[in-house]
Amino acid sequence: MKSYLSSEYIVERDQDRCIRCEVCVNQCTYETHYYDSEDDVVYSRNENCTNCQRCVAFCPTQAITIKKNPNFYRENANWTQEAIMAVKKQAETGGIILTGMGCDKPHFTYWDRLLLNASQVTNPSIDPLREPMELRTYLGAKPDRLEMDMENGDMVLKTKLALQLCLETPILFSAISYGSTSFRVHESLARAASEFGTFFNTGEGGLDRRLYEYGDHTIVQVASGRFGVHPEYLDVGAAIEIKIGQGAKPGIGGHLPGEKVSEDISKTRMIPTGTDVLSPAPQHDIYSIEDLRQLIYALKEATNYTKPVFVKIAAVHNSAAISSGIVRAGADVITLDGVRGGTGAAPRIIRDNVGIPIELAIASVDQRLREEGIRNRASIIAAGGIKSSAEAVKAIALGADAVYIATAALVAMGCTVCQKCYTGKCPWGIATTDAWISKRINPEIASKRLVNLLRGWSLEIKEMMGGMGINAIESLRGNRLHLRGVGLTDTELKILGVKMAGD
Amino acid sequence: MEENIEPMINEETATKFNAKLLSTHLKIENGIAKINAEGIYYRELNTILRTINGNGTKKIEIHNVFGQRYIGTDLKGDVQINIYGTPGNDLGAFMKGPRVVVHGNAQDCCGNTMDHGQIVIHGRAGDITGYSMRGGKIFIRDYAGYRVGIHMKEYRDKRPCLVIGGTTQDFLGEYMAGGVLVVLGLNLKEGKHHNTNFVGTGMHGGTMYIRGKVSHIGKEVEVVDLEEDDRRLLRSLINEFCSHFGFDADKILDHNFHKLIPVSYRPYGRLYAY
Repeated sequence: MKSYLSSEYIVERDQDRCIRCEVCVNQCTYETHYYDSEDDVVYSRNENCTNCQRCVAFCPTQAITIKKNPNFYRENANWTQEAIMAVKKQAETGGIILTGMGCDKPHFTYWDRLLLNASQVTNPSIDPLREPMELRTYLGAKPDRLEMDMENGDMVLKTKLALQLCLETPILFSAISYGSTSFRVHESLARAASEFGTFFNTGEGGLDRRLYEYGDHTIVQVASGRFGVHPEYLDVGAAIEIKIGQGAKPGIGGHLPGEKVSEDISKTRMIPTGTDVLSPAPQHDIYSIEDLRQLIYALKEATNYTKPVFVKIAAVHNSAAISSGIVRAGADVITLDGVRGGTGAAPRIIRDNVGIPIELAIASVDQRLREEGIRNRASIIAAGGIKSSAEAVKAIALGADAVYIATAALVAMGCTVCQKCYTGKCPWGIATTDAWISKRINPEIASKRLVNLLRGWSLEIKEMMGGMGINAIESLRGNRLHLRGVGLTDTELKILGVKMAGD
Repeated sequence: MEENIEPMINEETATKFNAKLLSTHLKIENGIAKINAEGIYYRELNTILRTINGNGTKKIEIHNVFGQRYIGTDLKGDVQINIYGTPGNDLGAFMKGPRVVVHGNAQDCCGNTMDHGQIVIHGRAGDITGYSMRGGKIFIRDYAGYRVGIHMKEYRDKRPCLVIGGTTQDFLGEYMAGGVLVVLGLNLKEGKHHNTNFVGTGMHGGTMYIRGKVSHIGKEVEVVDLEEDDRRLLRSLINEFCSHFGFDADKILDHNFHKLIPVSYRPYGRLYAY
């Protein structure tokens, strides 16, 4: 069948600048560029280009520019280029359209409509450069009250505290599975988390034994497929996360295509090479809150109550009620993943249409747990497309204890969010398990970039806190008085629990 | 603040608690640790089990078991546990090593994500038996519930086996990715088939052997004839089954078996538009 789809991008090459070094030819894993020795010219197959910018970044003479194909269908606010292309692609294939990364539509963002406060005159701002600023965050259940005893004239804490994870900054690396990405990506995340004093999450593909040394900074995930889940894996991590859902694809399972299941991946996931890795949509041992409690306690029993247990859900319509159930089921931490959350592969239609924005989910869950008097019994981690330290601060002011970042971490390593992760050919060497392509990530350098990102964001968070006159991140948590809304309806303001700017 | 954050149970309390539990509920006779589980919660029972497992006890009997969950979880090494009564959900969940014999019925989720070891049930089992198990063996004398053997998987020398003497309910072997599932239908009346729907939906690995017919098979499943290797495997599993429960292996084998395998190792390869 002849394809009616046109190229999304046009590769423009300045032939005067091009020195025929073929760097672009070697760098593009989609085989966009090729060298014709007869003509002594490098040509491009526009139809293969995903605008990942790998060739642009590596061209030594800046000869390449990628442009959006100007040859668009007739302008139409309704029948956009994307809508027409999607219909044509499905008419040609009869399949579900896959995509990668988080939702790319603009219609869900509340961050930009929430503004932070700063101190002026009546309460002095704090200069983080000369005064201590506390970003250290503890995740886990907090006691209802603290009881103290006097011993030899000293106050001693009598209350037994639950297990806590200690983070040096309220930012963790979110679940990215080994299989959707390579060993080198996992190693980079593990090293950066260890160096900075935070945690990375294995995702649902198990943990390569070579990374067990970073176990104290690892959150091991247990998902519906239970890939790579065995007693040593549960024991090696600092915490265990039960994955119920993911913001990019709430309510559906995951399919890792057989092509990505290499020898190493097969060893860690403990399945034969080349088979599709199918994670069922639900965990079939969890059909209720009572069942969830059963799995939480199965994991606590399996690790002799030495690990906090997280439960991750996609932010959906009744997240608040579900979260109440999760806390009562015994989870130590709730992870909420909003509609803009990233993925290595998800049906586009699910990614862009299912779930709710994380801002609303944080606010409603925090509010509900406070009303029920159980907010202290679990920490909340917010996830789902958090792109800056300001969004992290706003998430915490809305009621989160910490944030998870994954897309931002991959961008720090080189990702340009071209949304083609599902092809397994990521030219930046990230969303691939190909031995040759994945060498493009050097864990030494990539972990440095990640640490730099955490450092930069942490400094910015301190600046924002200082401006508000706050010197400990704990004082910001759920402190919605430091937020004001702009361009929001009364209902939106009510759900977010913030006042209108100017009020 | 920092130095005060420590595990919920502090060691001193735990030791006192254990000492009291052990003195009231545990007896050692002829090298066999005998536990009376009457009136104790699963957490207490499992604390006793962990303590004696750590002492290197090889034989354990648990009497008066009444719904305590997670028995066998987090126990290490080659240990034999005889359970008298009705163990609760998640018997042997994430288990690696022990051999568990239940003199009674098991409840739901028995062998959940089991890694290695053996569970023998002289009775029936509930729903989701063997969910996601990747190693070891489970033998059930009577029937089992819904969603049995979902997402069993195998890897190299790890090949889980689940043998059920009776029949099962719907969704047997759904999403099966590896291992061997045998359903014998010994409790079915002459001429009756297994009233089991959606058998093997999403199956992409492993093998099921079913004695007699099933009512409805998932579309990802193919029914094929048994070959010599299959008969050899089946005989060895059924011999083992009969050694536990005292049935006549020849009589069981002298019947029509169906072998169910996945149509493809990539059942959903054509689901997507790239």
